[in-house]
Amino acid sequence: MKISPVRLSGTVKTFFAFALLFSSLQMPAQFAGASAPAGSTLSIPVAQILQPEALHHLMLTPVGEKPLILQVGSHLLYAEGHIPGSEYVGPGSQPAGLKQLEDRVNALPRNKPIVLYCGCCPWNRCPNLGPAFAKLHEMGFTSVKALYLADNFGTDWAGKGYPVDQGR
Amino acid sequence: MRKVRYLEKLIGIPLPARRNSIPLRLLCLVWLGLGASAACFAANSLVHKAAPEFVRSDLNHRRVDIRAYRGKTVLLNFWATWCTPCQLEMPRFIAWQSKYGPRGLQIIGVSMDDDPAMAGTLVRKLKLNYPVVMGDEKIGQLYGGVMGLPITFLIDSQGRVQAQYQGETDLNSIEKQFKALLGP
Repeated sequence: MKISPVRLSGTVKTFFAFALLFSSLQMPAQFAGASAPAGSTLSIPVAQILQPEALHHLMLTPVGEKPLILQVGSHLLYAEGHIPGSEYVGPGSQPAGLKQLEDRVNALPRNKPIVLYCGCCPWNRCPNLGPAFAKLHEMGFTSVKALYLADNFGTDWAGKGYPVDQGR
Repeated sequence: MRKVRYLEKLIGIPLPARRNSIPLRLLCLVWLGLGASAACFAANSLVHKAAPEFVRSDLNHRRVDIRAYRGKTVLLNFWATWCTPCQLEMPRFIAWQSKYGPRGLQIIGVSMDDDPAMAGTLVRKLKLNYPVVMGDEKIGQLYGGVMGLPITFLIDSQGRVQAQYQGETDLNSIEKQFKALLGP
């Protein structure tokens, strides 16, 4: 009996290629059902996590309200490289940083789109993003996203060719 | 070719552009998907180049001139007090400095903290047995842009960078690599 080889259509091949690619992409631990200590990055709801390509797309889109982009980590790392148009508001891991964040956004309407990012260290180790996100949630902001930088700002933003500004 | 261009746009990274290199470009895509983005970022790394020179005072006000360590194998570690993975590494660095110091290993820490007082407190608490200088954006940019911690450079006795470790790295692998550069 002659067995004919299985032939895959172009569409099926493309499907498998994408499945392989996306199944191996690094995803936030939230997707893996990890536990979520309060105030850590793991406590940020998946729906509130923004991928770098999505933020870059938002930045390039000429229409619509631009989000306020805030860096909530190290000032020194911000000086070395930050997202153009973003502002530094102090480390979310420290009370002084959270106060700076509160002061910056206090006068804004609670539906103002805000994107928080840090990228100081790997996502699940970041001490700043979780507390800053929780603070805005506590203040009643309804359109807050956290930028997902799996390893750090250098690797997942600058290293992928997205725009970077320097200086304080 | 159009598919490759579309995938490039999707992931936001230009892939190798040599003629007839579509298989290579697709391979790179899969490799990126497997988590090798850090290695791609390291394309601009300092490996096999002369370690950038700097002079700073350490937290004990002693002069640290990177050139003065020629003849030694240097681990230059960028860290900060808010960086949990950095602090996980430090006890091993202390042990390595004690064990391999006599064979020519010198560890130098560069704190990327905004506040030197916080760095000093941790240095005293952990009883670091190697010099720590305060970093700034200049030194960060000299070393290719320190935009995430920890990051450590292995510098050989001729002052050339032999390896660069970014993020949480297998410390046994680092130990194996620097041991190969040490004297007997």
